[in-house]
Amino acid sequence: MTSMTEQNDIAAQQHDETNEHHHYAPKGIMRWLLTTNHKDIGTLYLIFAFTMFLVGGAMAMVIRAELFQPGLQLVDPNFFNQMTTVHGLIMVFGAVMPAFTGLANWMIPMMIGAPDMALPRMNNWSFWILPFAFAILLGSLFMEGGGPAFGWTFYAPLSTTYSSDSTALFVFSVHIMGISSIMGAINVIVTIVNLRAPDMSWMKLPLFVWTWLITAFLLIAVMPVLAGVVTMVLTDKYFGTSFFDAAGGGDPVMFQHIFWFFGHPEVYIMILPSFGIVSAIIPAFARKPLFGYASMVYATASIAGLSFIVWAHHMFTTGMPLFGELFFMYCTMLIAVPTGVKVFNWVATMWRGAMTFEVPMLFALAFVVLFTIGGFSGLMLAITPVDFQYHDTYFVVAHFHYVLVTGAIFSIYAAAYYWLPKWTGHMFNEFWAKMHFWCSLVSVNVLFFPMHFLGLAGMPRRIPDYALQFADVNQIVSIGGFAFGLSQLLFVVVVVKAARGGEKAAAKPWEGAEGLEWTVPSPAPYHTFETPPAVK
Amino acid sequence: MSQQYQKYYVPAQSGWPIIGAVALFLIAVGAGTAVQQMNQGGGYGQWLLLAGATLLIIMLIGWFGNVIHESMTGLYSEQMDRSFRQGMSWFIFSEVMFFAAFFGALFYARMLAVPWLGGADNNEMTHALLWPEFSAHWPLVSMPDGGETQAMGWHGLPLYNTIILLISSVTLHLAHVSLEQGKRTALTAWLFLTIVLGIAFLFLQVEEYVHAYVEMGLTLDAGIYGNTFFLLTGFHGMHVTLGTIILIVLFGRVLKGHFTGDQHFAFMAGSWYWHFVDVVWLCLFVFVYVI
Repeated sequence: MTSMTEQNDIAAQQHDETNEHHHYAPKGIMRWLLTTNHKDIGTLYLIFAFTMFLVGGAMAMVIRAELFQPGLQLVDPNFFNQMTTVHGLIMVFGAVMPAFTGLANWMIPMMIGAPDMALPRMNNWSFWILPFAFAILLGSLFMEGGGPAFGWTFYAPLSTTYSSDSTALFVFSVHIMGISSIMGAINVIVTIVNLRAPDMSWMKLPLFVWTWLITAFLLIAVMPVLAGVVTMVLTDKYFGTSFFDAAGGGDPVMFQHIFWFFGHPEVYIMILPSFGIVSAIIPAFARKPLFGYASMVYATASIAGLSFIVWAHHMFTTGMPLFGELFFMYCTMLIAVPTGVKVFNWVATMWRGAMTFEVPMLFALAFVVLFTIGGFSGLMLAITPVDFQYHDTYFVVAHFHYVLVTGAIFSIYAAAYYWLPKWTGHMFNEFWAKMHFWCSLVSVNVLFFPMHFLGLAGMPRRIPDYALQFADVNQIVSIGGFAFGLSQLLFVVVVVKAARGGEKAAAKPWEGAEGLEWTVPSPAPYHTFETPPAVK
Repeated sequence: MSQQYQKYYVPAQSGWPIIGAVALFLIAVGAGTAVQQMNQGGGYGQWLLLAGATLLIIMLIGWFGNVIHESMTGLYSEQMDRSFRQGMSWFIFSEVMFFAAFFGALFYARMLAVPWLGGADNNEMTHALLWPEFSAHWPLVSMPDGGETQAMGWHGLPLYNTIILLISSVTLHLAHVSLEQGKRTALTAWLFLTIVLGIAFLFLQVEEYVHAYVEMGLTLDAGIYGNTFFLLTGFHGMHVTLGTIILIVLFGRVLKGHFTGDQHFAFMAGSWYWHFVDVVWLCLFVFVYVI
């Protein structure tokens, strides 16, 4: 076996032979402001997403500190509501989605043998409008009357009749986030459809590419609906329309229908790329090809298709004709089938594999187990009569945090550790990375698992105060929360160390990894695949 | 894949996107502040909005200028052209979904919300307890809270506008055919006619709005019928305005001798956009005016 450095030299040599080089990598701040390079833009997205993750996380710390004891201690209820609202908005639109877009930017062109994203200048625009959108959203917290306090779902009439005056700024910042997502998604689709290496047929695509292709379709289909519904909120609040006001013939429930028509595909937007990541990592560390590749593709497409006809399971208690309750219950339960196919395939991939447990694999394994817990609690919530009990309790909070934190966020960490050697050219510090994993794993379960019981016992969500009998469990949850928050700082340590130096990474640092991204040297050159590579 | 591989053009650094980001920031802050300050008789919000819009226009001129220059100097490949076409189709799809949200609101209000307020299905108590005097009709000209308005008929202006837009789609198609056949004079004439029809549509639309506001009491805040009427036709009108501007730019480029029979992505995109706006109008005409 060739040594690591030799392997990298060979990859570099092959890379030099096939690519004429402009060794032109601009320096300083202008490099980042004006860049059209998919790797630069990917890095920007990832740094931005992690920064927002810390900001949104700090808000979660405020929430958990207030809930440490019953009664009002630290913040007044209106500020508490702003924290829950902006925490949700930031984590959804500022952390998880940009992190996935960052991964897409970095990896998709390298995985399909493309020279860059299809529309590089628009790529820059998609990124740079995001910090501005979040500057507006965060700025609104400091306005008179406070920022948005109506929950990230901004149900009318909370967001219309009863909202603070900063709602106008909230609306326009959401518009910008939407524009950013749509442009990003168009870029991803066009890149995948049009820029694949000539021999890269559809059924040879890495699953991360497949899942992102389908995610991008979902984004283009539903982000405009979000734009539509925030526009209606704007006109209802400021221009006297009554879309969500029965006095003028509208209906507040209509808000929920339109919002969740966006909102449900949105939750799959935040999980489908995770499926792609895990489907890359598990085969690599089980040293076996992915079990059931084709069924993975079809399962992803089915989940995406079903996501359009399940939205009203968020509103079982709001009021719907009986037929609606039944229809949305059965459709929702149907999603368990393709999702079950996926979990089965991951487990079958590991069956009799030569497994090793490097940090990306640890996160991927935790993903499979914990995401499945989130999936099962979702199945419980899908059952209409049972949902009447669970609705708007901490059970729901536990459910979607299992899916989003131990699901989406864990998969993003898995991806970051998996590709960090490719990005930085250095292996990360195994000890601190493992510390990050184990601290996160333990604390996240202390944080979210007891929430199931709080919810079943009847503790409502989005309330700054609670009845005395919930005090003990809430303290445990809060301690888990602080521990999880602190654990995330270890990730900063690992990434900064790896970026600054460390053991040189080989072109393919993971023995069992497959894919074109491992054929280029580590760190990946500024421009890769100016001529498309051959695909096996 | 069978086609020959061509080198894909990856543009160097560009300043336009970041300028565009600042422009959108100014527009968002400006629009948000202007809306808040509406009742105070104006403020700095509108000026921020104006500054943002101006910057956005400068950015668009600069950015498109770059792209046109690159295209005219032959930098683009067929693969690049496909990227642009696919990008444009997905953009139009996103626009379709934007209108779908408002059509969805229209259908929901009409089929469900308003009948329920009138006691339909099992909502007898809703009706009795909220507004027992209310009777459900569409168009909703008598609101539950007692407000009154009038419904816009489909005869007259809306019908003329439908005919105008339909003809304009045909004339634009003829312009496209002329371009592909290399008949430059016919191209210029058909394109010019399309622009005239677009402007005529907008003129009549303004006329209709004035009529609605001044004589009919049909306003933006006149219940769910007025809401959906003005937001649907209003967003459509904004799209026609943008479409007309696009066509005018294309006209200028045609006069300068741009576009050839087999290389005319911008013309194609503008034409797709116009046909899309036309289809939206047909749906509007049927669901907002006629039925």
